[in-house]
Amino acid sequence: MKSDEQLQVLDREIILLTQAGLPLVAEPYQQVAEQLGIETDLLMQRMRIMQEDGRIRRIGAVPNHYRLGYTGNGMSVWDVPDEQVHTLGEMIGGLDYVSHCYHRPRFMPDWPYNLFAMVHGHSRDEVREKAQKIAELLGEHCRARDVLFSSRILKKTGIRIGG
Amino acid sequence: MNELSTTASADALDALDKRIINTLQRSFPVCEHPFAVVAEELGTTENELISRLTRLREDKILTRFGPLYNADRFGGAVSLCAIAVPKDRFDVVAEQVNAFPQVAHNYERDHELNMWFVAATESWQELEETLAAIEAETGLTVRNMPKLHEFYVGLYFEI
Repeated sequence: MKSDEQLQVLDREIILLTQAGLPLVAEPYQQVAEQLGIETDLLMQRMRIMQEDGRIRRIGAVPNHYRLGYTGNGMSVWDVPDEQVHTLGEMIGGLDYVSHCYHRPRFMPDWPYNLFAMVHGHSRDEVREKAQKIAELLGEHCRARDVLFSSRILKKTGIRIGG
Repeated sequence: MNELSTTASADALDALDKRIINTLQRSFPVCEHPFAVVAEELGTTENELISRLTRLREDKILTRFGPLYNADRFGGAVSLCAIAVPKDRFDVVAEQVNAFPQVAHNYERDHELNMWFVAATESWQELEETLAAIEAETGLTVRNMPKLHEFYVGLYFEI
């Protein structure tokens, strides 16, 4: 039996070893466990615990959406009343073409937007159409809006934990 | 560097590739032989699944395969930041900003606020210090827009 502190250290080692990806072999968890010098069962138990408590969002594949034809990617931004932002954010976040949806602070006077939703489509026009649908859903609560398209990826390292 | 121009690769994928990508975007089991479990679900073999995933990753159709950790749950700080960069200095400022290891992603966007980056640090204090250092280095104001609430995060691209 390991102490809580030992488990925390172990979880951090697991994260460092797997955040870039799992090995593509028949028994990937066994391979990771061997590298850490622990039993496969313990590794799998820690992975399941981290899934349950939300430290792992999910285990799976992340496609390069540009290469799958999703070349239209717009950051839609909305000015909605603060009192409504939670209800509206839940609604917009639930749309299948929205991948991220957040409440963020405004910067007045020139940045009045407090609700951000990343919208994906096969073209910029498709993204604009979807943003129009969002505007209709927000109705009178939408006081100002914009869509910012990305013209260039300048860096894409990804967030690394405990590096 | 500019991945936006790379398209149409989905055309080269066959029906099984597409089903693999769609299925594995949702979940992947934690068990002794996870690929065998998924392969059975997809009506293929463990070897075929592993070799196709290896190819999809090598061809960069998949950017990642494995656990996706939630940076928020590890005591770190993550924020979306924006700068209005004068056009004639854009590339120089991009280099200055990208040189910070705390900058995880950086995008050029067509707006007066034309540079949008995500900074990730071990603490909020380190985040403030990093943004102050970026301001000092570039001479430009950084707008710090940490999320106040997350309604949804999930990438699922049906192909």
